[in-house]
Amino acid sequence: MSVVPAELVKSIPAPNNASGVPVEPSDNTYELVIEPGRAERHYWRDLWRYRELFQVLAWRDISVRYKQTVIGAAWALIRPFLTMVVFTVIFGKLAGLPSEGTAPYALMVFTGMLPWSFFATALADASNSMINNANLISKVYFPRLIVPIAAVMVAFVDFLISFVILIGLMAWYHFMPGWQIVFLPVLAAIAFIASFGIGAWITAFNVKYRDFRYIIPFLVQLGLYVSPVGFSSSIIPGEWRLLYSINPMVGVIDGFRFCLLGGESQPYWPGLWLSLAVAGFFLWLGIRQFRKMERVFADLI
Amino acid sequence: MSDIVIAAENLSKSYLVAHQSAKREQYAVLRDVIAREARVLARNALDFVRGRQIVQGDQVEEFWALRDVSFEIKRGEIVGIIGRNGAGKSTLLKILSRITDPTAGRVTLRGRVASLLEVGTGFHPELTGRENIYLNGAILGMSKAEIRSRFDDIVRFAEVDRFLDTPVKRYSSGMYVRLAFSIAAHLEPEILIVDEVLAVGDGDFQKKCLGKMEEVASESGRTVLFVSHNMAAINSLTTRGILLEQGRVVSCDCTERVVELYMRSMGQRDGHLGRKWGAGTHTRICEVRVVDFNELPVTYYIPGAPLRVQVTFETDGTRGMSLEVFLADARRNRIGLASTFQFHGTTLPEVKGRYQITLNLSPVWLAAGSYSLDVATSVVNLEWDHCVECATSMDVKFSNPLRRSWNFQQSDGFGSIALTCETPPEFMAV
Repeated sequence: MSVVPAELVKSIPAPNNASGVPVEPSDNTYELVIEPGRAERHYWRDLWRYRELFQVLAWRDISVRYKQTVIGAAWALIRPFLTMVVFTVIFGKLAGLPSEGTAPYALMVFTGMLPWSFFATALADASNSMINNANLISKVYFPRLIVPIAAVMVAFVDFLISFVILIGLMAWYHFMPGWQIVFLPVLAAIAFIASFGIGAWITAFNVKYRDFRYIIPFLVQLGLYVSPVGFSSSIIPGEWRLLYSINPMVGVIDGFRFCLLGGESQPYWPGLWLSLAVAGFFLWLGIRQFRKMERVFADLI
Repeated sequence: MSDIVIAAENLSKSYLVAHQSAKREQYAVLRDVIAREARVLARNALDFVRGRQIVQGDQVEEFWALRDVSFEIKRGEIVGIIGRNGAGKSTLLKILSRITDPTAGRVTLRGRVASLLEVGTGFHPELTGRENIYLNGAILGMSKAEIRSRFDDIVRFAEVDRFLDTPVKRYSSGMYVRLAFSIAAHLEPEILIVDEVLAVGDGDFQKKCLGKMEEVASESGRTVLFVSHNMAAINSLTTRGILLEQGRVVSCDCTERVVELYMRSMGQRDGHLGRKWGAGTHTRICEVRVVDFNELPVTYYIPGAPLRVQVTFETDGTRGMSLEVFLADARRNRIGLASTFQFHGTTLPEVKGRYQITLNLSPVWLAAGSYSLDVATSVVNLEWDHCVECATSMDVKFSNPLRRSWNFQQSDGFGSIALTCETPPEFMAV
């Protein structure tokens, strides 16, 4: 018998209690005005307020990523490792390209592989993140920027896992990184900015023009060969090197090699600055574009 | 501080809709097709360059989902938004919950808004019930600390304790909905927007949800905006209604009047709620309604109050006819009979014409659940004339005879009428 405790039993409600009900004073008695094209004054504060949602979304994507797989997170290790093996054999052994200084070729490839696979995964995931979360976006309000940031964050976790291989490789080759390793977080941040900026920019467009869904995998695939992943950027002729650095990942990969392989590779400063500038530009462009289009996402998705 | 929590002024929202022009069918010549496709491609490219939306089809038209909608809602009100499909209800809610931007006009909101546009939004099938509570709570705007403090209540309300660590993809659909609603019901925003939550789940759970929503609104003075096609729910929950039609506000008044207006507009369009009742040989039953004391139609019945059934019929003046009303429970078992002749000796008027009768039936302690009414005319003790099954229906939301028991429900399996004692039961030693 479903006998409900007495305190839960409600008598037949009084018809009207529209007014006179005491309301606890709430801390946020702020007024919100919704108007067409109204710039959000508290946009960044809102974003901060929703940080828990960001954490939860990132956590969801991470914990779901390898559910119902046999080897789980090992996939984050196997993919870059196999790519490294192939690149080392093709570029190092068959094509006979030079490594950077005395560093083993495999190590050089992997130091390029790390930031590149982060960038590629982040870009691909971020650009599809809006569409993948379409049900949320058309049902609930939150600052939409959370979604691509969370996607990049998930890729970043994979990136951290891949460091395990790097440590393993270094141990294998008895290679000790120098003091330059202290710059590694800075370069990781640049990689983060570059992938988030471009990711946000493409995400915004992807919602409106689904063409980008087909462009991204193609771009990422192409970028693997255009960026100095399988080879050292020192083989690029000097007069082209600055132009080459327009690709923001060139500076990042060079920087990674400088940090991890130590003095063996010299940083190409103008290129690094240019890459940083391009990454920064895309960050600005991406956020601007995203915020401009954010308000109509729910109508378009 | 003003008591108005939602103020909408001239709110409008337009969408672009595209059609294929009729010409498309006519010229099935390859050259024309190529020429047209080229034009479409060029237009799409141009739209892209200008940053406009790409539409399929070759004729573009502007469609106003909302047009100059203005209203004000005070703190603590429960407002029902009603209208046909496509009247703009969902668009309005989407604007209020900031999912989409209006094209023109403005809304001022005072307080936090949480919307419940569909239960289970954001559930991830691979995650367990426990994980989904945190995920969905965060999506709906709760902080982790808030979720943690209400976790047990949520689980208890949803009745899923045993399956907390099972991925929700293995849940039955009922469990899924219960969990989803439970999370949403434990949100505590100042303004709660609810859209068609009650379209899912079984009858009992719907009742539970309604009770919970009422509790939320009445105890804490929160404002609730409620959209539903379930007029019984609207009637019993809300104090005020907004009727939308083709994107405009038709009426903004107390619930009974707005529902009445809505039912009438539906009636005008569809005949008797879309049904043809036909006619008997001598009589024709035209309309059957359950009404309250003000003769306004209702879709609910409060147990213990007189049950008032209003029947409109036409007769050709045949003598010796009677009108019968049967009350049937949710399983369509007839549990009650009212008869003008058998119980009161009254026959139908013997002059040809159209008549209305309001049967003022004595109070019954009906169990909570849904009921339907069959109405029939008969030539007394001889034959049925015009029988209309399920002529109308009504809901009993809550049944608590003499206000001391639990909610007595049809689905409990103890019958559908509470038999109460005229005098308090007393035991005597013999």
